[in-house]
Amino acid sequence: MNETLKYLLIVFGVLGVMMSIAAGLIWVERRLLGLWQDRYGPNRVGPMGVLQPLADVIKILAKEDWVPPFADKPVFMLAPAIIVITVLLSFAVVPFTPGIAVANLNIGLLYFLAMSSLGVYSVALGGWSSGNKYALIGALRASAQMISYEVFMGLSIMGVVMLSGSFNLHEIVEAQKRLWFIVPQFLGFVVFFIAGVAETHRLPFDLPEAESELVAGFHSEYSGMKFGLFFVGEYLGITLISMLITTLFFGGWLGPVLPPVVWFFIKTFFFIGFFILLRAALPRPRYDQLIRTGWKLMLPLALLNIVVTGGVILAAR
Amino acid sequence: MISILKALWTVFVHLFKRKVTVLYPEEKPYIPPRWRGRIILARDPDGGERCVACHLCAIACPVDCISLQATEDEYGRRYPEFFRINFSRCIFCGYCEEACPTYAIQLTTDFEMSEYNRRNLVYEKEDLLISGTGKYPGYNFYKVAGLSIKGKDKGEAENELPPVDVKGLMP
Ligand code: SF4
Ligand code: SF4
Repeated sequence: MNETLKYLLIVFGVLGVMMSIAAGLIWVERRLLGLWQDRYGPNRVGPMGVLQPLADVIKILAKEDWVPPFADKPVFMLAPAIIVITVLLSFAVVPFTPGIAVANLNIGLLYFLAMSSLGVYSVALGGWSSGNKYALIGALRASAQMISYEVFMGLSIMGVVMLSGSFNLHEIVEAQKRLWFIVPQFLGFVVFFIAGVAETHRLPFDLPEAESELVAGFHSEYSGMKFGLFFVGEYLGITLISMLITTLFFGGWLGPVLPPVVWFFIKTFFFIGFFILLRAALPRPRYDQLIRTGWKLMLPLALLNIVVTGGVILAAR
Repeated sequence: MISILKALWTVFVHLFKRKVTVLYPEEKPYIPPRWRGRIILARDPDGGERCVACHLCAIACPVDCISLQATEDEYGRRYPEFFRINFSRCIFCGYCEEACPTYAIQLTTDFEMSEYNRRNLVYEKEDLLISGTGKYPGYNFYKVAGLSIKGKDKGEAENELPPVDVKGLMP
Protein backbone atom coordinates (compact mmCIF):
# COMPACT_ATOMS: atom_id res chain seq x y z
CA MET A 1 0.00 0.00 0.00
CA ASN A 2 2.72 2.38 1.04
CA GLU A 3 4.69 1.48 -2.07
CA THR A 4 1.70 2.14 -4.28
CA LEU A 5 1.11 5.48 -2.67
CA LYS A 6 4.73 6.44 -3.17
CA TYR A 7 4.60 5.53 -6.84
CA LEU A 8 1.35 7.37 -7.35
CA LEU A 9 2.92 10.38 -5.70
CA ILE A 10 5.95 10.17 -7.98
CA VAL A 11 3.86 9.72 -11.11
CA PHE A 12 1.58 12.64 -10.43
CA GLY A 13 4.42 14.69 -9.02
CA VAL A 14 6.43 14.26 -12.21
CA LEU A 15 3.36 15.03 -14.32
CA GLY A 16 2.62 18.16 -12.33
CA VAL A 17 6.20 19.37 -12.32
CA MET A 18 6.62 18.77 -16.05
CA MET A 19 3.42 20.57 -16.94
CA SER A 20 4.34 23.54 -14.77
CA ILE A 21 7.84 23.66 -16.24
CA ALA A 22 6.37 23.58 -19.74
CA ALA A 23 4.04 26.45 -18.84
CA GLY A 24 6.75 28.36 -17.03
CA LEU A 25 9.03 28.05 -20.04
CA ILE A 26 6.65 30.24 -22.02
CA TRP A 27 7.58 33.05 -19.67
CA VAL A 28 11.25 32.06 -19.40
CA GLU A 29 11.65 31.96 -23.16
CA ARG A 30 9.90 35.25 -23.81
CA ARG A 31 11.80 36.94 -21.00
CA LEU A 32 15.21 35.63 -22.10
CA LEU A 33 14.57 36.39 -25.76
CA GLY A 34 13.60 39.89 -24.72
CA LEU A 35 16.72 40.40 -22.65
CA TRP A 36 18.92 39.13 -25.46
CA GLN A 37 17.28 41.50 -27.87
CA ASP A 38 17.76 44.49 -25.54
CA ARG A 39 14.12 44.48 -24.48
CA TYR A 40 12.53 43.41 -21.21
CA GLY A 41 9.98 40.85 -22.36
CA PRO A 42 6.72 40.32 -20.46
CA ASN A 43 7.20 41.95 -17.05
CA ARG A 44 3.75 43.19 -16.11
CA VAL A 45 1.61 40.27 -14.97
CA GLY A 46 2.61 39.48 -11.41
CA PRO A 47 6.12 40.03 -10.04
CA MET A 48 8.57 40.19 -12.96
CA GLY A 49 5.75 38.90 -15.13
CA VAL A 50 5.82 35.32 -13.83
CA LEU A 51 2.05 35.08 -14.06
CA GLN A 52 2.20 35.68 -17.82
CA PRO A 53 1.67 31.96 -18.61
CA LEU A 54 -1.51 32.04 -16.53
CA ALA A 55 -2.82 34.96 -18.55
CA ASP A 56 -1.81 33.18 -21.76
CA VAL A 57 -3.57 29.99 -20.71
CA ILE A 58 -6.75 31.81 -19.77
CA LYS A 59 -6.69 33.59 -23.09
CA ILE A 60 -6.01 30.45 -25.09
CA LEU A 61 -8.73 28.47 -23.28
CA ALA A 62 -11.24 31.23 -23.94
CA LYS A 63 -10.52 31.15 -27.67
CA GLU A 64 -12.88 29.53 -30.08
CA ASP A 65 -11.93 25.92 -30.66
CA TRP A 66 -12.18 25.97 -34.40
CA VAL A 67 -11.75 23.07 -36.79
CA PRO A 68 -11.51 24.11 -40.42
CA PRO A 69 -14.28 22.53 -42.53
CA PHE A 70 -11.77 21.09 -45.00
CA ALA A 71 -9.77 19.30 -42.29
CA ASP A 72 -9.89 15.61 -41.54
CA LYS A 73 -11.61 16.09 -38.23
CA PRO A 74 -10.71 13.06 -36.03
CA VAL A 75 -7.06 13.09 -37.06
CA PHE A 76 -6.92 16.84 -36.75
CA MET A 77 -8.12 16.59 -33.14
CA LEU A 78 -5.85 13.68 -32.30
CA ALA A 79 -2.58 15.08 -33.66
CA PRO A 80 -1.78 17.65 -30.94
CA ALA A 81 -2.48 15.13 -28.22
CA ILE A 82 0.02 12.64 -29.64
CA ILE A 83 3.04 14.87 -29.21
CA VAL A 84 2.17 15.71 -25.61
CA ILE A 85 1.47 12.07 -24.77
CA THR A 86 4.67 10.70 -26.31
CA VAL A 87 6.87 13.32 -24.69
CA LEU A 88 5.18 12.89 -21.33
CA LEU A 89 5.63 9.13 -21.60
CA SER A 90 9.34 9.65 -22.22
CA PHE A 91 9.66 11.38 -18.87
CA ALA A 92 8.85 8.05 -17.26
CA VAL A 93 12.44 6.86 -17.61
CA VAL A 94 14.22 10.06 -16.58
CA PRO A 95 15.95 9.56 -13.23
CA PHE A 96 15.60 12.80 -11.30
CA THR A 97 17.41 11.52 -8.23
CA PRO A 98 18.53 8.04 -7.17
CA GLY A 99 15.10 7.50 -5.62
CA ILE A 100 12.78 9.44 -7.89
CA ALA A 101 12.04 7.98 -11.29
CA VAL A 102 8.70 6.79 -12.57
CA ALA A 103 10.10 3.60 -14.09
CA ASN A 104 13.55 2.13 -13.74
CA LEU A 105 13.50 0.44 -17.15
CA ASN A 106 16.52 -1.58 -18.16
CA ILE A 107 16.03 -0.39 -21.74
CA GLY A 108 15.27 3.20 -20.77
CA LEU A 109 17.33 4.76 -23.52
CA LEU A 110 15.75 2.65 -26.25
CA TYR A 111 12.35 3.50 -24.85
CA PHE A 112 13.16 7.20 -25.08
CA LEU A 113 14.30 6.81 -28.70
CA ALA A 114 11.13 4.92 -29.55
CA MET A 115 8.91 7.54 -27.95
CA SER A 116 10.65 10.43 -29.63
CA SER A 117 10.19 8.69 -33.00
CA LEU A 118 6.50 8.38 -32.31
CA GLY A 119 6.37 12.11 -31.77
CA VAL A 120 6.80 12.67 -35.49
CA TYR A 121 3.34 11.20 -36.05
CA SER A 122 1.85 14.17 -34.33
CA VAL A 123 3.50 16.64 -36.67
CA ALA A 124 2.98 14.55 -39.79
CA LEU A 125 -0.68 13.80 -39.06
CA GLY A 126 -1.38 17.34 -37.94
CA GLY A 127 0.01 18.74 -41.17
CA TRP A 128 -1.65 16.13 -43.33
CA SER A 129 -5.11 16.41 -41.80
CA SER A 130 -5.13 20.20 -41.97
CA GLY A 131 -5.84 20.08 -45.69
CA ASN A 132 -3.58 23.06 -46.24
CA LYS A 133 -0.63 23.07 -48.58
CA TYR A 134 1.68 24.93 -46.20
CA ALA A 135 0.79 22.59 -43.39
CA LEU A 136 1.47 19.66 -45.66
CA ILE A 137 4.87 20.98 -46.71
CA GLY A 138 5.68 21.59 -43.06
CA ALA A 139 4.67 18.06 -42.17
CA LEU A 140 6.74 16.58 -44.99
CA ARG A 141 9.76 18.56 -43.90
CA ALA A 142 9.22 17.48 -40.32
CA SER A 143 9.06 13.83 -41.29
CA ALA A 144 12.20 13.94 -43.40
CA GLN A 145 14.05 15.94 -40.77
CA MET A 146 13.01 13.71 -37.90
CA ILE A 147 13.84 10.54 -39.76
CA SER A 148 17.30 11.68 -40.76
CA TYR A 149 18.17 13.17 -37.39
CA GLU A 150 16.71 10.23 -35.52
CA VAL A 151 19.32 7.97 -37.09
CA PHE A 152 22.35 9.62 -35.62
CA MET A 153 20.61 10.68 -32.47
CA GLY A 154 20.47 6.98 -31.70
CA LEU A 155 24.03 6.42 -32.91
CA SER A 156 25.46 9.33 -30.96
CA ILE A 157 24.47 7.90 -27.60
CA MET A 158 25.85 4.47 -28.33
CA GLY A 159 29.21 5.68 -27.06
CA VAL A 160 27.61 6.39 -23.69
CA VAL A 161 25.98 2.98 -23.72
CA MET A 162 29.29 1.31 -24.49
CA LEU A 163 31.11 3.15 -21.72
CA SER A 164 28.49 2.45 -19.09
CA GLY A 165 27.52 -0.96 -20.42
CA SER A 166 23.83 -0.34 -19.91
CA PHE A 167 20.69 1.09 -21.47
CA ASN A 168 19.38 1.91 -18.05
CA LEU A 169 19.52 5.65 -17.42
CA HIS A 170 19.95 5.12 -13.70
CA GLU A 171 23.05 3.00 -14.24
CA ILE A 172 24.37 5.43 -16.83
CA VAL A 173 24.36 8.15 -14.21
CA GLU A 174 25.97 5.86 -11.67
CA ALA A 175 28.73 5.09 -14.20
CA GLN A 176 29.62 8.80 -14.30
CA LYS A 177 30.59 8.96 -10.63
CA ARG A 178 34.28 9.33 -11.52
CA LEU A 179 34.09 11.29 -14.74
CA TRP A 180 31.15 12.86 -16.52
CA PHE A 181 30.70 11.43 -20.01
CA ILE A 182 31.04 14.86 -21.54
CA VAL A 183 34.83 14.39 -21.43
CA PRO A 184 35.23 11.05 -23.19
CA GLN A 185 32.09 11.51 -25.28
CA PHE A 186 32.39 15.14 -26.35
CA LEU A 187 31.73 14.30 -29.98
CA GLY A 188 28.72 12.23 -28.99
CA PHE A 189 27.43 15.14 -26.93
CA VAL A 190 27.71 17.61 -29.81
CA VAL A 191 25.95 15.28 -32.22
CA PHE A 192 23.26 14.40 -29.68
CA PHE A 193 22.66 18.05 -28.90
CA ILE A 194 22.27 19.02 -32.54
CA ALA A 195 20.02 16.04 -33.15
CA GLY A 196 18.03 17.02 -30.08
CA VAL A 197 17.47 20.52 -31.41
CA ALA A 198 16.34 19.07 -34.73
CA GLU A 199 14.16 16.51 -32.95
CA THR A 200 12.23 19.16 -31.05
CA HIS A 201 12.22 21.24 -34.25
CA ARG A 202 13.42 24.28 -32.41
CA LEU A 203 15.23 27.14 -34.06
CA PRO A 204 17.58 27.04 -35.90
CA PHE A 205 16.08 23.75 -37.11
CA ASP A 206 12.46 24.84 -37.10
CA LEU A 207 12.00 24.27 -40.81
CA PRO A 208 8.68 22.45 -40.33
CA GLU A 209 7.19 25.70 -39.07
CA ALA A 210 9.40 28.23 -40.84
CA GLU A 211 7.26 31.34 -40.44
CA SER A 212 8.93 33.23 -43.25
CA GLU A 213 8.04 30.62 -45.87
CA LEU A 214 5.25 28.41 -44.54
CA VAL A 215 2.95 30.70 -42.52
CA ALA A 216 3.31 28.53 -39.43
CA GLY A 217 4.11 25.20 -41.05
CA PHE A 218 2.34 22.12 -39.80
CA HIS A 219 0.21 24.00 -37.26
CA SER A 220 -0.99 26.76 -39.59
CA GLU A 221 -4.61 25.68 -39.20
CA TYR A 222 -4.52 25.16 -35.46
CA SER A 223 -5.89 27.62 -32.97
CA GLY A 224 -6.98 27.76 -29.37
CA MET A 225 -5.98 24.99 -27.02
CA LYS A 226 -5.06 22.58 -29.83
CA PHE A 227 -2.37 25.00 -30.87
CA GLY A 228 -1.53 25.34 -27.20
CA LEU A 229 -0.95 21.61 -27.00
CA PHE A 230 1.58 21.74 -29.84
CA PHE A 231 3.31 24.47 -27.90
CA VAL A 232 3.26 22.53 -24.66
CA GLY A 233 4.63 19.57 -26.59
CA GLU A 234 7.47 21.69 -27.91
CA TYR A 235 8.41 22.99 -24.47
CA LEU A 236 8.11 19.51 -22.98
CA GLY A 237 10.41 18.32 -25.76
CA ILE A 238 13.01 20.95 -24.88
CA THR A 239 12.82 19.95 -21.22
CA LEU A 240 13.13 16.29 -22.11
CA ILE A 241 16.16 16.77 -24.34
CA SER A 242 17.81 18.98 -21.73
CA MET A 243 17.18 16.38 -19.05
CA LEU A 244 18.60 13.64 -21.23
CA ILE A 245 21.70 15.66 -22.03
CA THR A 246 22.10 16.16 -18.29
CA THR A 247 21.60 12.50 -17.60
CA LEU A 248 23.73 11.11 -20.39
CA PHE A 249 26.64 13.51 -20.48
CA PHE A 250 26.63 15.70 -17.39
CA GLY A 251 26.25 13.21 -14.58
CA GLY A 252 22.53 13.63 -13.96
CA TRP A 253 21.93 14.30 -10.28
CA LEU A 254 25.63 13.97 -9.36
CA GLY A 255 27.22 17.03 -7.78
CA PRO A 256 28.70 18.21 -4.50
CA VAL A 257 26.96 19.80 -1.49
CA LEU A 258 23.52 20.55 -2.95
CA PRO A 259 20.86 17.81 -2.89
CA PRO A 260 20.70 15.66 -6.05
CA VAL A 261 17.40 17.00 -7.34
CA VAL A 262 18.71 20.56 -7.19
CA TRP A 263 21.76 19.63 -9.21
CA PHE A 264 19.58 17.88 -11.73
CA PHE A 265 17.40 20.91 -12.28
CA ILE A 266 20.32 23.37 -12.33
CA LYS A 267 21.91 21.41 -15.15
CA THR A 268 18.62 20.98 -16.96
CA PHE A 269 17.83 24.68 -16.85
CA PHE A 270 21.28 25.51 -18.10
CA PHE A 271 20.55 23.56 -21.26
CA ILE A 272 17.06 24.95 -21.58
CA GLY A 273 18.64 28.39 -21.47
CA PHE A 274 21.07 27.30 -24.15
CA PHE A 275 18.19 26.14 -26.35
CA ILE A 276 16.68 29.60 -26.04
CA LEU A 277 20.02 31.26 -26.74
CA LEU A 278 20.23 29.25 -29.96
CA ARG A 279 16.86 30.59 -30.94
CA ALA A 280 17.91 34.15 -30.15
CA ALA A 281 21.20 33.99 -32.02
CA LEU A 282 21.09 31.73 -35.05
CA PRO A 283 19.41 32.06 -38.43
CA ARG A 284 17.55 29.17 -39.98
CA PRO A 285 19.53 27.08 -42.54
CA ARG A 286 18.12 26.16 -45.91
CA TYR A 287 16.38 22.82 -46.05
CA ASP A 288 18.94 21.11 -48.27
CA GLN A 289 21.71 22.39 -46.00
CA LEU A 290 19.92 20.86 -43.05
CA ILE A 291 19.57 17.45 -44.65
CA ARG A 292 23.07 17.56 -46.10
CA THR A 293 24.62 18.38 -42.72
CA GLY A 294 22.63 15.53 -41.26
CA TRP A 295 23.72 12.81 -43.63
CA LYS A 296 27.14 14.01 -44.72
CA LEU A 297 28.52 15.44 -41.48
CA MET A 298 26.59 14.26 -38.47
CA LEU A 299 26.18 10.62 -39.45
CA PRO A 300 29.93 10.08 -40.17
CA LEU A 301 30.78 11.89 -36.95
CA ALA A 302 28.46 9.67 -34.95
CA LEU A 303 29.89 6.56 -36.59
CA LEU A 304 33.43 7.78 -36.00
CA ASN A 305 32.55 8.33 -32.36
CA ILE A 306 31.32 4.76 -32.04
CA VAL A 307 34.37 3.29 -33.73
CA VAL A 308 36.85 5.29 -31.67
CA THR A 309 35.02 4.66 -28.40
CA GLY A 310 34.80 0.96 -29.19
CA GLY A 311 38.49 0.83 -30.11
CA VAL A 312 39.55 2.59 -26.93
CA ILE A 313 37.40 0.30 -24.79
CA LEU A 314 38.88 -2.79 -26.51
CA ALA A 315 42.41 -1.47 -26.12
CA ALA A 316 41.84 -0.75 -22.44
CA ARG A 317 40.63 -4.29 -21.76
CA MET B 1 31.39 26.78 -36.71
CA ILE B 2 33.50 29.53 -35.10
CA SER B 3 31.11 32.14 -36.44
CA ILE B 4 28.19 30.32 -34.82
CA LEU B 5 29.91 30.31 -31.44
CA LYS B 6 30.77 33.97 -31.89
CA ALA B 7 27.16 34.77 -32.69
CA LEU B 8 26.01 32.90 -29.59
CA TRP B 9 28.46 34.80 -27.42
CA THR B 10 27.56 38.19 -28.89
CA VAL B 11 23.90 37.58 -28.24
CA PHE B 12 24.59 36.27 -24.74
CA VAL B 13 26.51 39.41 -23.80
CA HIS B 14 23.43 41.44 -24.63
CA LEU B 15 21.92 40.06 -21.42
CA PHE B 16 23.90 42.72 -19.57
CA LYS B 17 23.44 45.55 -22.05
CA ARG B 18 21.21 48.54 -21.34
CA LYS B 19 17.68 47.89 -22.53
CA VAL B 20 16.13 50.22 -25.07
CA THR B 21 12.59 49.69 -23.82
CA VAL B 22 10.86 52.73 -22.34
CA LEU B 23 8.75 51.34 -19.48
CA TYR B 24 5.77 53.35 -20.56
CA PRO B 25 3.22 54.03 -17.86
CA GLU B 26 5.92 54.80 -15.29
CA GLU B 27 8.26 56.52 -17.68
CA LYS B 28 6.52 58.90 -20.07
CA PRO B 29 8.04 59.21 -23.53
CA TYR B 30 8.83 62.62 -24.99
CA ILE B 31 5.94 63.78 -27.17
CA PRO B 32 6.80 66.44 -29.75
CA PRO B 33 4.55 69.52 -29.53
CA ARG B 34 3.21 69.02 -33.04
CA TRP B 35 2.10 65.47 -32.25
CA ARG B 36 -1.24 64.59 -33.79
CA GLY B 37 -3.29 63.21 -30.90
CA ARG B 38 -6.72 63.74 -29.36
CA ILE B 39 -8.70 66.40 -31.18
CA ILE B 40 -10.10 69.45 -29.39
CA LEU B 41 -12.25 72.40 -30.36
CA ALA B 42 -10.74 75.69 -29.20
CA ARG B 43 -12.38 78.95 -28.16
CA ASP B 44 -11.61 82.57 -28.97
CA PRO B 45 -9.70 84.60 -26.35
CA ASP B 46 -13.02 86.22 -25.37
CA GLY B 47 -14.58 82.82 -24.74
CA GLY B 48 -16.74 82.44 -27.85
CA GLU B 49 -16.64 79.22 -29.83
CA ARG B 50 -14.21 79.39 -32.71
CA CYS B 51 -15.88 76.82 -34.89
CA VAL B 52 -18.11 78.42 -37.49
CA ALA B 53 -19.62 75.15 -38.62
CA CYS B 54 -18.28 75.47 -42.14
CA HIS B 55 -18.04 71.67 -42.58
CA LEU B 56 -14.60 71.97 -44.17
CA CYS B 57 -13.07 69.58 -41.64
CA ALA B 58 -15.81 67.02 -42.23
CA ILE B 59 -15.18 67.25 -45.97
CA ALA B 60 -11.43 67.02 -45.60
CA CYS B 61 -11.59 64.02 -43.33
CA PRO B 62 -10.55 60.96 -45.35
CA VAL B 63 -12.44 58.54 -43.15
CA ASP B 64 -15.57 60.63 -42.66
CA CYS B 65 -15.49 60.50 -38.91
CA ILE B 66 -16.58 64.09 -38.24
CA SER B 67 -20.23 64.93 -38.18
CA LEU B 68 -21.74 68.31 -37.29
CA GLN B 69 -24.81 70.43 -37.73
CA ALA B 70 -24.57 74.17 -38.32
CA THR B 71 -26.78 76.73 -36.65
CA GLU B 72 -26.71 80.45 -35.90
CA ASP B 73 -27.10 82.44 -32.71
CA GLU B 74 -28.87 85.77 -32.18
CA TYR B 75 -25.71 87.75 -33.01
CA GLY B 76 -25.43 86.12 -36.42
CA ARG B 77 -22.51 83.93 -35.41
CA ARG B 78 -22.58 80.47 -36.89
CA TYR B 79 -21.73 77.63 -34.55
CA PRO B 80 -22.19 73.87 -34.58
CA GLU B 81 -25.37 72.60 -32.96
CA PHE B 82 -23.65 69.31 -32.39
CA PHE B 83 -20.13 68.27 -33.25
CA ARG B 84 -19.21 64.64 -33.12
CA ILE B 85 -15.93 62.87 -33.82
CA ASN B 86 -15.79 59.11 -33.91
CA PHE B 87 -12.30 58.37 -32.62
CA SER B 88 -12.58 54.69 -33.33
CA ARG B 89 -12.39 55.71 -36.97
CA CYS B 90 -10.13 58.76 -36.84
CA ILE B 91 -6.66 58.08 -38.22
CA PHE B 92 -5.14 61.23 -36.74
CA CYS B 93 -4.03 62.51 -40.11
CA GLY B 94 -4.53 66.13 -39.12
CA TYR B 95 -6.28 67.09 -42.38
CA CYS B 96 -9.16 68.55 -40.41
CA GLU B 97 -6.80 70.91 -38.64
CA GLU B 98 -5.28 71.97 -41.96
CA ALA B 99 -8.70 72.57 -43.48
CA CYS B 100 -10.12 74.61 -40.64
CA PRO B 101 -10.23 78.33 -41.49
CA THR B 102 -10.64 79.42 -37.87
CA TYR B 103 -8.06 77.36 -35.95
CA ALA B 104 -10.99 75.80 -34.12
CA ILE B 105 -10.19 72.14 -34.57
CA GLN B 106 -6.73 71.20 -33.29
CA LEU B 107 -4.84 68.00 -32.67
CA THR B 108 -3.11 67.78 -29.30
CA THR B 109 -0.37 65.73 -27.69
CA ASP B 110 -2.70 63.48 -25.70
CA PHE B 111 -2.80 59.91 -26.95
CA GLU B 112 -4.06 58.00 -23.91
CA MET B 113 -7.58 57.43 -25.12
CA SER B 114 -8.14 53.72 -24.45
CA GLU B 115 -11.67 52.65 -23.62
CA TYR B 116 -13.27 49.35 -22.70
CA ASN B 117 -16.45 50.25 -24.53
CA ARG B 118 -16.18 51.22 -28.16
CA ARG B 119 -19.13 53.59 -27.93
CA ASN B 120 -17.18 55.74 -25.52
CA LEU B 121 -14.85 56.64 -28.37
CA VAL B 122 -17.52 58.79 -29.96
CA TYR B 123 -16.79 62.25 -28.57
CA GLU B 124 -19.54 64.86 -28.50
CA LYS B 125 -19.09 68.61 -28.51
CA GLU B 126 -18.95 68.82 -24.71
CA ASP B 127 -16.04 66.38 -24.77
CA LEU B 128 -14.23 68.22 -27.53
CA LEU B 129 -14.72 71.84 -26.59
CA ILE B 130 -12.04 73.25 -24.29
CA SER B 131 -12.12 76.57 -22.48
CA GLY B 132 -8.83 77.87 -23.88
CA THR B 133 -7.45 78.87 -27.23
CA GLY B 134 -5.22 75.89 -27.84
CA LYS B 135 -2.19 76.44 -30.02
CA TYR B 136 -3.09 79.91 -31.31
CA PRO B 137 -3.50 82.17 -28.27
CA GLY B 138 -4.20 85.66 -29.68
CA TYR B 139 -6.35 84.66 -32.62
CA ASN B 140 -9.98 85.68 -32.80
CA PHE B 141 -11.70 84.82 -36.06
CA TYR B 142 -14.48 87.42 -35.97
CA LYS B 143 -12.01 90.17 -35.07
CA VAL B 144 -10.12 89.61 -38.33
CA ALA B 145 -12.87 88.40 -40.64
CA GLY B 146 -14.80 90.79 -42.83
CA LEU B 147 -18.07 89.18 -41.95
CA SER B 148 -20.53 91.39 -40.12
CA ILE B 149 -22.12 90.09 -36.98
CA LYS B 150 -24.18 91.89 -34.39
CA GLY B 151 -21.90 94.38 -32.56
CA LYS B 152 -19.32 94.45 -35.35
CA ASP B 153 -20.16 95.84 -38.72
CA LYS B 154 -18.28 95.72 -42.01
CA GLY B 155 -14.99 97.55 -41.90
CA GLU B 156 -14.63 97.36 -38.15
CA ALA B 157 -12.38 94.34 -38.01
CA GLU B 158 -8.67 94.61 -37.30
CA ASN B 159 -6.55 95.84 -40.21
CA GLU B 160 -9.71 96.44 -42.19
CA LEU B 161 -10.48 99.68 -44.03
CA PRO B 162 -14.01 101.03 -44.05
CA PRO B 163 -15.97 99.67 -46.97
CA VAL B 164 -15.65 101.48 -50.27
CA ASP B 165 -18.65 103.43 -51.48
CA VAL B 166 -19.09 101.67 -54.82
CA LYS B 167 -21.48 104.31 -56.10
CA GLY B 168 -19.10 107.26 -55.51
CA LEU B 169 -16.86 108.49 -58.30
CA MET B 170 -13.92 109.61 -56.15
CA PRO B 171 -10.77 107.57 -56.49
S1 SF4 C 1 -7.39 63.74 -37.92
FE1 SF4 C 1 -7.90 63.06 -39.97
S2 SF4 C 1 -9.20 61.29 -39.62
FE2 SF4 C 1 -9.13 62.36 -37.67
S3 SF4 C 1 -10.90 63.70 -37.73
FE3 SF4 C 1 -9.19 64.88 -38.54
S4 SF4 C 1 -9.31 64.59 -40.75
FE4 SF4 C 1 -10.57 63.00 -39.82
S1 SF4 D 1 -13.91 72.92 -36.89
FE1 SF4 D 1 -13.14 74.39 -38.34
S2 SF4 D 1 -13.35 73.37 -40.33
FE2 SF4 D 1 -14.60 72.24 -38.87
S3 SF4 D 1 -16.61 73.13 -39.09
FE3 SF4 D 1 -15.64 74.20 -37.42
S4 SF4 D 1 -14.71 75.96 -38.38
FE4 SF4 D 1 -15.19 74.56 -40.02
